Amino acid sequence: MKRFRLFKSGWGIIPIIIFLGIWEISARLNLIPGHSFFPPPSAVVIEFYYLTVNGVLGKSFLSSLIRVLIGFSIGSLAGLFLGILIGWNKIADKALSPILSLFYPIPALGWLPLLMLWLGIGEALPITIIFICSFFPVLYNTATGIKTVDKNYLQVARTLGASEREILTTVVIPLALPNIFTGLKLESGMAWRTIVAAEMVAIPTGIGALMMKAENLMRIDIIIVCLIVLAVMCLSFEKFFTFWETKLTSRWR
Amino acid sequence: MTSIKLKNISKYICKDVNLEVGDKELLVLLGPNGAGKSTLLNIIAGLIDYEGSVLFDDQPVDRLPPNQRRIGYLFQELNLFPHLEVSANIAYGLKVQKKPPEEIKERVEELLQLMKIKPLASRYPQELSGGERQRVALARALANYPRILLLDEPMNSLDYRTSKYLRTEFKMLQKKLGITTLYVTHNFYEAEEMAERIVVLDKGRVEQIGTPPEIFFHPTAAVKDFIGAPNILTCDYAKRLSYGLIEVKCGDITLTVFSERDHIKKVAILPEDIYLSDNRPPGPEVNRVKGELVEIDESTSTVCCTVVTEKNSLKAKLPQEIFSGMNLKIGAEVWLVLALRKLKVITDDE
Repeated sequence: MKRFRLFKSGWGIIPIIIFLGIWEISARLNLIPGHSFFPPPSAVVIEFYYLTVNGVLGKSFLSSLIRVLIGFSIGSLAGLFLGILIGWNKIADKALSPILSLFYPIPALGWLPLLMLWLGIGEALPITIIFICSFFPVLYNTATGIKTVDKNYLQVARTLGASEREILTTVVIPLALPNIFTGLKLESGMAWRTIVAAEMVAIPTGIGALMMKAENLMRIDIIIVCLIVLAVMCLSFEKFFTFWETKLTSRWR
Repeated sequence: MTSIKLKNISKYICKDVNLEVGDKELLVLLGPNGAGKSTLLNIIAGLIDYEGSVLFDDQPVDRLPPNQRRIGYLFQELNLFPHLEVSANIAYGLKVQKKPPEEIKERVEELLQLMKIKPLASRYPQELSGGERQRVALARALANYPRILLLDEPMNSLDYRTSKYLRTEFKMLQKKLGITTLYVTHNFYEAEEMAERIVVLDKGRVEQIGTPPEIFFHPTAAVKDFIGAPNILTCDYAKRLSYGLIEVKCGDITLTVFSERDHIKKVAILPEDIYLSDNRPPGPEVNRVKGELVEIDESTSTVCCTVVTEKNSLKAKLPQEIFSGMNLKIGAEVWLVLALRKLKVITDDE
């Protein structure tokens, strides 16, 4: 039974191994036209090792990571706070929703030219971009989650003696968690996609900037290393929130 | 405990409702959908604004928000908090009232025992059956030692057997706890089973107040429309057959009825509780009446047939499709079967 389970859990790795095998063979046998732009996975692994040892990858990764962590944390916290306010308080909803819905459709990268002029090229620029990218979706998912909590639960809590603040913290926010996590999960991955795009266009450091430099030097292997790092980070962030969502809500959903 | 008075209450469909519920009384609010029953409960709980005045123990509570009225409210959908385990659901009211953890633990334990749900303590509501949820919701409503208990059609979603069992149990519990209770239902038989007094609401007004036999035997015109007009037979004599069973003679009809009292004055049964057959029904000759069909009223989806015997006249109501299958004409000889458990009696004492 245990062996069967091991086999089952390892099953997902097989298509990846086959894919890497085909990639390695076709690159080594020059089966693909323009093969000089198509390094085998082994070359990518070697380059990954060099980039790690000489610290280039670590430095770029760390720059991007710090930006994402700061921007995403502030953005999602602000989104969460304002989302709760809008979802819970009708006056706040009426006052803020029209303004926010005006800004919401603008893609985060659309702010880049304006922010370059306002903030200049520096750390504040990517952090602000990530802030915008995280803020709106978390805000809307949180507000929707709060608004869609069945009003009957609030009535029950009232008759049981709960104050409005207690109803919010003990009933409404816990019941809105699935929606809140949907926003956080989506945006944690999106933050990485956005930071790379911003670094490619406007910032000289970070994973995105490293990819642009590699493109200049036609170092496909470095670009692939960066893409893999990016994929792993998007996935890890999403998995982190999926883990907490499952832990907090799976038993009662 | 607490008495309740409603003075000139108006809200939505409810117009100038005046009502009194005695201390420790179990009062049933009976009425069709949209009669204003739930509105009245919400007013008592303070969940909606209203005109008029609500008094608990002669003290107005109109300015008190719901969280200060000390009400236990069992909603129709129960609304157990899905994110909390059974024990946390029960403890909720105590926690928000900032009771010490030891007291909370003790009270939850006591209620788990009382409602016989101890093994369910660490389950989530979606892991419970309908009856179990009912018990948890009731335990939660009782946790804060409420002075009034409001129950809004709480048995609606349950199957007949479970709801009957829970009703009996609840009635005993209400007596034991001595808590003033308002129980809302649209089902007369449920009301009759639960109530000391029934208040019939119709279109937001109190239509009739009385004991279950009073309501059943002497319904007002509007109440008749809702619960139906019963066939009432006057008894000539009664003879006890065994404990609980009595044979009564009403003119030319002999019936067996359930009653703990001997001196039966009248027997009543609703037309929908009489089965009509075009041939002699199988089974013992108990509560079967042979007669002549003298009137057929097909004005609604059901057919109301009037059947006469030598000295009595009875109305039986049956679904249209069953009636058409029998191909009956005026003057036909028919048999009526009167459902034993649906026969109501009125005794000298009532």
